Amino acid sequence: MKKGMLWIGLLGLIMMMAACGAENSGTESGGEEEQETGETGESGGSQEASGGNGSEADLEIFSWWTGAGEEAGLNALIDLFQEEHPDITVENAAVAGGAGTNAKAVLATRMQGNDPPSTFQVHAGEELNQSWVAADKMEPLNDFYEEEGLMDKFPGELIDMVSQDGNIYSVPVNIHRGNVIFYNMSVFEENGLEPPSTFEEFMEVADELQAAGVTPLALGDKEAWTATQIFENILLGTLGPEDYQALWDGEIAFDDERVVEAAETFKQMLGYVNEDHASRNWQDSAQLVSEGEAAMINMGDWAKGYFSNDLEMEVNEDFGYFAFPETEGNFMVISDTFGLPSGVENEDQVKQFLALLGSVEGQDTFNPLKGSIPARVDADESNYDEYGTDTIEDFREASLAPSLAHGSAASEGYLTKANQAVNIFVTQGDTERLLQSLESARSQE
Amino acid sequence: MAGKTVRRRRITRDQWTAAAFLAPSLILIAVFVYGFISWTGYVSFSNWNTLTPDFSFAGLSNYLYLFSDFRFQADLRNTLFFTLFFIGMVIVLGMGTAILLDQKLKGESIFRNIFLFPMALSFVVTGVVWQWLLNPSTGFNQFLGVFGIQPRWYTDTNILAGFQWGAIEFGLPVAILAVVIAAVWQMTGFSLAMYLAGLRGIPEELREAARVDGASEGQVYRRVVIPMLMPITVSVVIIMAHISLKIFDLVYAMTGSGANFVTDVPGVYMFETTFRGNYYAQGAAIAIIMLVLVAVFIVPYLWYNRKGENR
Repeated sequence: MKKGMLWIGLLGLIMMMAACGAENSGTESGGEEEQETGETGESGGSQEASGGNGSEADLEIFSWWTGAGEEAGLNALIDLFQEEHPDITVENAAVAGGAGTNAKAVLATRMQGNDPPSTFQVHAGEELNQSWVAADKMEPLNDFYEEEGLMDKFPGELIDMVSQDGNIYSVPVNIHRGNVIFYNMSVFEENGLEPPSTFEEFMEVADELQAAGVTPLALGDKEAWTATQIFENILLGTLGPEDYQALWDGEIAFDDERVVEAAETFKQMLGYVNEDHASRNWQDSAQLVSEGEAAMINMGDWAKGYFSNDLEMEVNEDFGYFAFPETEGNFMVISDTFGLPSGVENEDQVKQFLALLGSVEGQDTFNPLKGSIPARVDADESNYDEYGTDTIEDFREASLAPSLAHGSAASEGYLTKANQAVNIFVTQGDTERLLQSLESARSQE
Repeated sequence: MAGKTVRRRRITRDQWTAAAFLAPSLILIAVFVYGFISWTGYVSFSNWNTLTPDFSFAGLSNYLYLFSDFRFQADLRNTLFFTLFFIGMVIVLGMGTAILLDQKLKGESIFRNIFLFPMALSFVVTGVVWQWLLNPSTGFNQFLGVFGIQPRWYTDTNILAGFQWGAIEFGLPVAILAVVIAAVWQMTGFSLAMYLAGLRGIPEELREAARVDGASEGQVYRRVVIPMLMPITVSVVIIMAHISLKIFDLVYAMTGSGANFVTDVPGVYMFETTFRGNYYAQGAAIAIIMLVLVAVFIVPYLWYNRKGENR
């Protein structure tokens, strides 16, 4: 009896393993096959794909848009696309978790196995250029831009960020701003304070807040990028947009005295943060501001949606916003873009989708829901709230700077090392060590 | 087996069946476990540190980089102290509660189940719960504030008895103790169950005999019961060691890397450097180092078991 049970158990186990194994080997051999067809011909892959998916090639849209507003935005886009192209099957292949980390891991595996999704979300800048473009996995979209008349619809600096060697590789959908400080208006009012516009003023305001028993700056660096974000804004403020760019291009070294000064400012600013910063993520730290325990927080403007939707605060009534000190007139830009991977067999369908993404209609459908602003300069402002219209105006006039913390200024590899260096710095406050690590991470690439 | 000397060469039907049953799993394990381990080892000696695979030989450079890296040194330090405290507390608490439960008290099965329940949870759930319980501004501190104690738990960046060693300050990171508490809470039930089974396997006569010889109750446990539980202790140590050396989910959900990497562990570093930073070769090197660490515990255990079987 007992022995019989054991055998049945064993058999079950073997069958389970066999099933898993079959699945694995199936996708693996599929990947290889596709690689071969990709190398030899152009249109040989469709048969294999239709066998794999059980239907005709789907338009697979890969992203990490699974949060409330962004998911609604993506679904609205897909609905809009389906209305125009009812014959195309769209698959929303969003991967949740880790602010995109999980999605990027899945994407890397698929791209390396030559099984790319039809199109995928990627931040403008080096996250696109130094990874997928450098690996020769993307198709240039210059002709597409010409056909759709997009060349003058995006700011030139933004098109530069999605281009490499004169080729354009993706279509920007939205814009988030990184150099914003959100603040609790009643806390500022009670203490008779005005939003600071220079570092000096910031420190003064912070001192007064501290004296009044309020944490001046909320930080949640359980994930280190929130602190990196503060540092990049200080760098932008100290260096100005041209030299900020030059720093990432390697033309300015990290021992430049202005960079050292920026690190000192960073250290000073970190002296004003909540003590339990390491236990909070950015949402938890934003809550400190909404509760009035902290006065300010530097966060990309996705925090606006969090304040108004999740924490039920009124913009310009309960919470206000101002540009990060000394970065007025600059715009730390974080832009989600979609491109065309090499070797997808439904290229035309992908281009149809990209055309929608790049259109005024598409951008004005997606962005109000996501809480971002359109990347196009001619979108309809009336679709956006007060913060949105303000930011749209700034975006048109400001000089754009790529964000390090969000993968635009440097490669993902460099960003990982930079986040590590910043994490250590937040505790140790050793500016020399921070700048040395940032410099040596550069030489490692 | 009967008739061993006569039909030595002929393979019986039974053996064919056994081989047929074993073959698929053997092949699958060979490919998907050992094959992939070798592949990881191969990658760890390559230059594949971007998204584009580059299999040129890098020698030991990935390993050398890791051992000179602040974060990895911190990881090894954290793993060492986490393992020591985690295993120590799981053994002491597990054995202690097992002995208490073994006193033939009423409602023993209720208590046993209560202690076992945390094991049913996933480490991720435990991590999220304890993240809030041990958060310095919520959880236990609300209560401890009454006594004027405000531990900073896993946000504490202090290193006890620290001294500079390599790139890091070596010593006991206070923050890791918060993670130990959560892990112990979850795994004590398991060692309790094992010890309870062990205690039931010790014949009452032995204790009686010791008592007749004039041993006090304390001596009975120290000299008779606990030594007889030695095989259980070895098993508990092995099982807990391989959990603690490979731990990822609990730390990832509960604390993340922590300020100054005070709660970082190799598993988290491996995940981030591979899938966020695209340093595939470095990630593979971390995986191999973790494998070696676990092997240091497991291999002697397997050896010990085999010797036991041969005896």
